[in-house]
Order: sequence, then C-alpha cells, then structure tokens
Amino acid sequence: MNGDATFLGMPAFPANAAVAVRDSQLRYNLRKATHTIRGKRAAAVGELPDWAELRRAGKEIKDHTLRNLERYLVRMEEAVTAAGGHVHWAADAAEANRIVADLVKATGETSVVKVKSMATQEIGLNEALELEGITAYETDLAELIVQLGDDRPSHILVPAIHRNRAEIREIFRERMADWGRAAPEDLTDDPRALAEAARLHLRERFLSTRVAISGANFMIADTGTLVVLESEGNGRMCLTLPETLISVVGIEKLLPSWQDLEVFLQLLPRSSTGERMNPYTSTWTGAVEGQEFHLVLLDNGRTNVLADEIGRQALRCIRCSACLNVCPVYERAGGHAYGSVYPGPIGAILTPQLRGTASKLDASLPYASTLCGACFDACPVAIDIPEVLVHLRGKVRHARVERLGMRAAGWVFNRPARLARAQRLGGRLRRFVPGRLPGPLSAWTDTRDIPDIPPESFRDWWDRTDGGVQ
Amino acid sequence: MTAAGSRELILSRIRSAVAGAGEVEITRAYRTSPDPVRATGLVELLAERVADYRAVVHVVDEGEAVATIAAALARRGATRLVVPEGLPPEWVPGEPVTDDPPLSAAELDGVDGVVTGCAVAIAETGTIVLDAGPGQGRRALTLVPDYHLCVVRAGQIVAGVPEAVGRLDPSRPLTWISGPSATSDIELNRVEGVHGPRALEVVVIR
Repeated sequence: MNGDATFLGMPAFPANAAVAVRDSQLRYNLRKATHTIRGKRAAAVGELPDWAELRRAGKEIKDHTLRNLERYLVRMEEAVTAAGGHVHWAADAAEANRIVADLVKATGETSVVKVKSMATQEIGLNEALELEGITAYETDLAELIVQLGDDRPSHILVPAIHRNRAEIREIFRERMADWGRAAPEDLTDDPRALAEAARLHLRERFLSTRVAISGANFMIADTGTLVVLESEGNGRMCLTLPETLISVVGIEKLLPSWQDLEVFLQLLPRSSTGERMNPYTSTWTGAVEGQEFHLVLLDNGRTNVLADEIGRQALRCIRCSACLNVCPVYERAGGHAYGSVYPGPIGAILTPQLRGTASKLDASLPYASTLCGACFDACPVAIDIPEVLVHLRGKVRHARVERLGMRAAGWVFNRPARLARAQRLGGRLRRFVPGRLPGPLSAWTDTRDIPDIPPESFRDWWDRTDGGVQ
Repeated sequence: MTAAGSRELILSRIRSAVAGAGEVEITRAYRTSPDPVRATGLVELLAERVADYRAVVHVVDEGEAVATIAAALARRGATRLVVPEGLPPEWVPGEPVTDDPPLSAAELDGVDGVVTGCAVAIAETGTIVLDAGPGQGRRALTLVPDYHLCVVRAGQIVAGVPEAVGRLDPSRPLTWISGPSATSDIELNRVEGVHGPRALEVVVIR
C-alpha cells in the first residue's frame, strides 16, 4: 500500500532524475511549492535576532548528545520506565517491525492509526503490519494522499508535495471509498474542501481506533518526555484518544534536558513550515491519562553513521526539510529520484550511510548534488552537507574507466617533463579531438563540453616569448 | 519483547562508535530571559501573534471578561459547552457539560465547544500552552470539540519560548496550541481547519 518497498531495485539517481525532469507537471508543482516555502522560511528565520546563536546551540546540543548517547539512552529508558511506560530496543528494521506487530496483536486489534513518522516509513512498518493482518491508517493529510494513491513519499515534511490540488482531488474521489468513508460527491479542488474531506474521512476512525503508532521529534533523556510537533490535530487525535500508544523513535532523537527544547522549538517550526510555531505540539511522559505506552528505540544503521567522524553530523538532523526546499537539484528532480524516504540533500548523505553503498542507487546519491551549499546555509543544526557529500564520494568505489583515467593523470602530473610532453602532444592533436568521447567516456561528455586544447602550453609560450616581452 | 541482546548490542555499538571523540561544550548565547523592551507590551504582542494564525482574539479588562465570553459564545451559537474542573463558574453561562464521569470521545464530538484557561502563553510565537491543570482538563477536551475558547490572564504571558519552557512541568502532558488546526500539505499553502478545533477564540485579560 504505502509502497516504500517499491523504492527497492530502483536505478541510480542520474537515470531517475533524467526521467523526472521531463515531467513538466512535476517540475511545476515542485517549483511552486518550494518557492512558496522558501519565502516563508526566510521571513520566519529573519524575525529572530538570535538565529545564529540558536543554530549554534542546536548543533552543539546534538553533538554533545551523540557523544554521550549511551548514557542518555539509558537515562531515557529509566525515566520512561519510572513513568509507567515500556521501553523496547530494536537493532534493525525487522526487529522493530516484529516488536510493534507483537504489541498490536497483544491488544487483539487489527487496525491502527498512525501519526506521520519518518522512522516507521524507513523501516517499512505499514507493509510489515499488513503481512501480519494489521491495517495501518495514515492520518496526516499528505501521508493519506500518498497511501490512497499507492504512491511513494517525495518530501520529508510534505510527502505528497509532488501532487497538486487537482491530482489530490482525483485521488480522493477514486480511492477514499476503498479505505473508509468516501469523498463527497461534489468535492472540488479547493484546498479547504480537500482538508474537509480528509476530516470527514478520518473522524470516525479517530474516535474508535484503540491503538496508535507514532514517531517523535524529540525525546528528553532527563525526564523521559516525548515531543511531537504537528499541524492538523491528527497527531493529537492519535496520541490522546487510543488506549495504547506505540512510539518508534530513532536513537538520535534524544536531547539531554527539558531546557534544550527551548532551542529546538524555535529552530524546527521556523525551518520546516516557516511558521513562528506549528499549530500543535504535544509532550507526554510515560503512560498518561490511563494510556498504555510503549517506546521502541531504533538503531537500524544509526550506529554505523555515528562511527564515521565526518558523516556522523547527519545524525543531528531534525527532519525539518529546509535543505530540500532550497536545493536546486531537488527542485528539478523531485523526491522519488533519491529512492529513499529521505530525499534531497539530507537524504543524499543519510541514505548511503544508513543503508551502505552496495546498490547502484545508494552509491550514486553522494553525487546527487552540485555542492552549491544552499543546504548547509539553510540547515538549522549546521550540518555541512557538502562536506559529507565529498567525504562519501571518496568512499564509494569509482568506475574502472574513471580509476584508470585518474591513475594516468597522476602519472603525467607527477613529472614536469611528462606534463610538458603530454601538452605538446595534445596541442598537435587538438584538431582530432572529437566533440563527444566514445564508449564509457561518453558519460563525461553527455553533460559537458570537452575544453578546447590550446595550441601551446603557458610554459611554452613563456619560453618562446620570454614572458611576453618579445 | 526486546531480543535479549539488542539493548546491549546497540549500546556497545555506540560505545565503539564514539570512542576517542572529544567532548562538546554547549554555548547558550541566545536570548533566554525577557529583556526590558520585550517585557512591556506582552499582551498586545500575544494578541497580534495569535490573530496572525487567524484565531479570533479579544483583549479585555478583568471586569469585561464574563460579558466578552458570553457574547463570543452567543455569536458562535454554542450552547452545549464542556468545562473542565476548576474553571471559574461565572465564565460559562447556563448549565455546562462537565467531564465527571469522563465523557466518551463520541460525547465530546457532540458538544458545541469547550471553554478553558491555560498554563502559559508565549507572546513572541502566539502560543498557548495547556498542562491539564485546573481549568484545562484532560487533553481530549480541547481536541474533539470543533470550537475552543481559551482565556489567558496577563500574568500567564511570557515573552519567548525559553521562558515558557522554564515555567512548564514536563511530567504533565502538555499541549502547545498556536492557532486553529491547519495544514500546509496541499501545495504548501496554509489552510485552517483539519482535525483539531477549526475555530480558536482567545480572550486575553489585561
């Protein structure tokens, strides 16, 4: 249904991007959406005189937490347990899915409502639950659009950003009835009407479903508190009404103390939706108001990322998606080309580190960037994405022809005499250099011109003219 | 239900991953306490920022509060109102619905609205925070009804987020509310009114 599984086996980023940029509707939708949000974010960030100081504190709090992650995770576990919650540890996706499925089965329920969560998308939870006979209903509007449309998410904050209002109307009209209450007969493509249709579609489900699954934006180690930021109220519905709440949270979501929230509740809303504050933030500690509460702490590759001295800064990410919204590559290629629930610049450094670079797609992701640096400027926790991209490029195995070329170039550049001979040879053969290179070398000339070779090198010119005097 | 080894496995992976990494000091050079300039005009700033979210805002003197609330409820045509325990009884006219015994979700869905106080309000962001204390009730009361009228007293208003975090108790379930329910999921344009209360009305007592 919500088909993260279809990301598997995708071709490399350049092939996906080449297809995506020919989709003019997609490019129009993305351009409109990303430019809208860029302006809002810039205004919301510009309003705070101490943004640079908040950003610095955000970066340092995250780095400090990651450095002391073991201590803070254990403290989190103690605090949640003391407050009546249950803590589970999942080393990988399969284990997390099994824990959640078993917890749902223990309640006797066969359906759950879900708050939008990147962690549960990453582990393919909905598909895993489906195999166990449990239906997961997405309740965030954009997730609902993706789920109803048998689609894949293409943005961290707004998974259906690739859809415009007319497409959303069609999806609602055709598919809502299969999942519950049908869309109204006279549904228009007015965003208000579409939001209203979602409200009606999910209302009864919220009031009657007894198990909910969420992620969390932050966990506070000192107090055992979980924090969820949202806009629609679907999060509050899921966190508040069901009898059992299961939260699946990546281990890097920790903050040491309650006070640290004062930084992140300023950084996150302004960076993600460009608002002074998102409509709703819920915080809870352990089992509250008679609810049963389970926290599943998820590794799934995060400790691999942590082990990389340069790459580990990706774990600071608070999933605001500001880097996607400012990225010229994302704006044109769209989120699906990245072949992961984490698209855009952050996805290009997070996915290859979480999943490794064994597949062609994952090995291509560090190159899915022009290294322009807009992502770094926009990042509220100062992740130097270009630095990590370059670092990862050095780690992936390069094509044979590229390695041979580099070795040859190294041999030539190693001795001035060799370079001079190569330059003179090049100057004599310059007329025979083709516009496009053959075979595997064509990968270079598909997107670039071969530079003109000058008739003589600078050194030869200098010798011949005595530095331009003659 | 955790496999016996997973906890130890994760913790040991972390230990070896960060072995030898340097400690990181945290510099908090951002604003944390109200400066004299911001401490004045908090009521007006809050009112302006809440209104930016397209909530209805009234700023009144103590003596006008009851009449303002009554007029708001009448305009809305809200007669069946839920009130949490501890709300000043004069704030809601007639015979309000109480949450004792606790109302079911369906019952809450059937009322016209809810009237509450709050724990803290943040002027800079136009945010109201409820902590399930007296006059606020459990979280579902301000979630299921489609209309929420919230009364804020001047003494509950702080300038910025750090001051609010400092005043709040994390052991209580908190709901931070900034305007009515909204979504930006369709073409990243903000639309008010999805699953939470579609109408938020705030009465600020100077």
